[in-house]
Amino acid sequence: MITKLGMPKWGLSMTEGKVLGWLVEEGEKVDVGDGLAEVETEKINGEVEAPAPGVLRRRLATVGQVYPVGALLGVIADESDSDAEIDAFVADFQAAFVPEEAADEAAGPATQTAEVAGRRLRYLVHGEGDGVPAVLLHGFGGDLNNWLFNHEALSGTRPVYALDLLGHGQSSKDVGDGAATLAQSLVGFLDALGVEQAHLAGHSMGGALASKVVSEHPDRVASLTLIASAGLGSDVNREYIDGFVAADRRRAMKPVLELLFADPSLVSRQLVDDVLRYKRLDGVDQALRTLAAQMFPEGRQPIVFTDTLEAASVPILVIWGERDQVMPVAHARSLSSGFTVEILEACGHSPHMERAGDVNRLITQFWERA
Amino acid sequence: MARKITYMQAINEALEQEMRRDPTVVVFGEDNVGGFGSPGELDAWGGVLGVTKGLYGKFPDQILDTPISESAFIGAAVGAAASGLRPVAELMFVDFMGVCFDQIFNQAAKLRYMFGGKAKIPMVIRTMWGAGIRAASQHSQSLYPIFTHIPGLKVAIPSNAYDAKGLMIQAIRDDDPVMFFENKVLYATEAEVPEEPYTVPFGEASFVREGDDVTIVAIGRMVHLAEQAADQLASRDISCEIVDPRTTSPLDEESIYESVEKTGRLVVADESNPRCSLASDIAALVAQNCFEWLRSPVKMVTAPHTPPPFSPVLEDLYVPSSERIAEAARDAVTGKAGKVGAR
Repeated sequence: MITKLGMPKWGLSMTEGKVLGWLVEEGEKVDVGDGLAEVETEKINGEVEAPAPGVLRRRLATVGQVYPVGALLGVIADESDSDAEIDAFVADFQAAFVPEEAADEAAGPATQTAEVAGRRLRYLVHGEGDGVPAVLLHGFGGDLNNWLFNHEALSGTRPVYALDLLGHGQSSKDVGDGAATLAQSLVGFLDALGVEQAHLAGHSMGGALASKVVSEHPDRVASLTLIASAGLGSDVNREYIDGFVAADRRRAMKPVLELLFADPSLVSRQLVDDVLRYKRLDGVDQALRTLAAQMFPEGRQPIVFTDTLEAASVPILVIWGERDQVMPVAHARSLSSGFTVEILEACGHSPHMERAGDVNRLITQFWERA
Repeated sequence: MARKITYMQAINEALEQEMRRDPTVVVFGEDNVGGFGSPGELDAWGGVLGVTKGLYGKFPDQILDTPISESAFIGAAVGAAASGLRPVAELMFVDFMGVCFDQIFNQAAKLRYMFGGKAKIPMVIRTMWGAGIRAASQHSQSLYPIFTHIPGLKVAIPSNAYDAKGLMIQAIRDDDPVMFFENKVLYATEAEVPEEPYTVPFGEASFVREGDDVTIVAIGRMVHLAEQAADQLASRDISCEIVDPRTTSPLDEESIYESVEKTGRLVVADESNPRCSLASDIAALVAQNCFEWLRSPVKMVTAPHTPPPFSPVLEDLYVPSSERIAEAARDAVTGKAGKVGAR
């Protein structure tokens, strides 16, 4: 089988990427999810992963060059496929390939909105298989774009929804009573979509909200994935929470965002600007202060779900970065043997970005088992 | 994908959202409604180029047309601001500043200081600037350096629709008098603009593009020409960093210095006339504060020291072009000395 290795589309606004380097030699064997090349975009750097198993037969992209989304970077094929077949595949592809216009907004998937209890929730869906649907929940101050390295990869056999939580992204900024309102809005979101039961995957604060849904509506949750999640212990880095809420300029925000990653160089100027643009929307400051005061006051977490989750019958996967500077990895280590816990090395508070390939593989396998 | 609107729509939306949020926000100027006394359905014009179009129908009590007397209605704006309203007055073209300058620089800018901080003057003066629409000398100047010079005034010069909306909302909510400069050539340009209200803070420059070899500080329309220049130079392996100050008072000096520390070279692209301009001001600041980082002389790309000409051929030569900015940036990188600014 001959498979295209294309320039991925990470997030809604990506139109092109620059190939920084190859991670695998031509002729090497690769497996699904292996990182093959490093790519830089306006916002973030990431690894292009193998979409299929086989041998990397062609490395077509030149290091240092910029390619549009969808462009052919390389070819994966079996050893038995002949060079002539591969050359024909490349020639056919290049003859037919039309890069998506930067301005052609219809080409990519568009976000949609759902009305839940008088509030607007923005979401993006990928995939349409008949597997149990899944919902991805970002963390404090994040938005649905935080799943840019995961969303498509997870949607092979099921619809996967990523949404902007209330108070975040382009959803309504009114967070009502805080965590309770946010958790209710998630159940309302499932109702609005007509989804009986879903896999929930939450990062950080999103994990605590998903846990709250499990504790109140266990029948609506097929499985629970908690990534560097809140609600599993009583500590949280106050420097991050208070710093994020207070920062109103680039110089103040950058060191705060660097706490999200083991490798601080992942924080680009564009990332800082995007976060500030969000924070400067009317209503956001109040929303963040409400949530922080309730869920993370003075560097503590008063709301902990560990006991509830231990008693729940819902399958639970916990993923954590060993070098998390926001939520201590000790929270994961102290969980009982009833939890499946995966701790990833060289990884901070954002495993789904820093170790996207591993996280995608873990979640995919977990969902298939659950 | 986020919604795109024009620079003109962005300003209109900012005015509409702030008028709705705060009934003390009042908008007035020549033809802002569409002609004195005209009912809502006739407000077809909404300012000389249509920026305030549609506002009268929505807020008939918060927008009015004034007589053609800048000295009267700019003065009225100062008084309204001093006594509790948040006026947004339109000085149609900044070239008309002469007849109302006392009200701006000697009254609005001074009152907070003269009353020991007890008075505040939360007013905005919207005004059009810049050449390029064949409107001759009295409708084409770039007079923001004069206002930047006056302590007590804030000066915002948006280069794109996103900044235009955020800076306008910040200007209206700000407790000091703000000169808001709208470039007429940019009115039709589009950018992604959130539907919700938001602010862009004063005194924070925007890094429009990151690069390593030369810093181009560009103001207003020049930002777009600097981007074209950077595209031209990219093919010659010269990488430009473009910094848009967004407000010239306050000026984000630190971001400019941070960029010059990295690149060691500076070009300032400024459409105003060269003497006592933003270009000369920023060049002086960098010479004074970043001398040890500079690897070549600072280059200034400005209009010449003449009024904007009416002849289309001459007007096109008058406005700094992307080619001139590229030439200056290339010379800065290759170390070529010489005059590239005013011809």
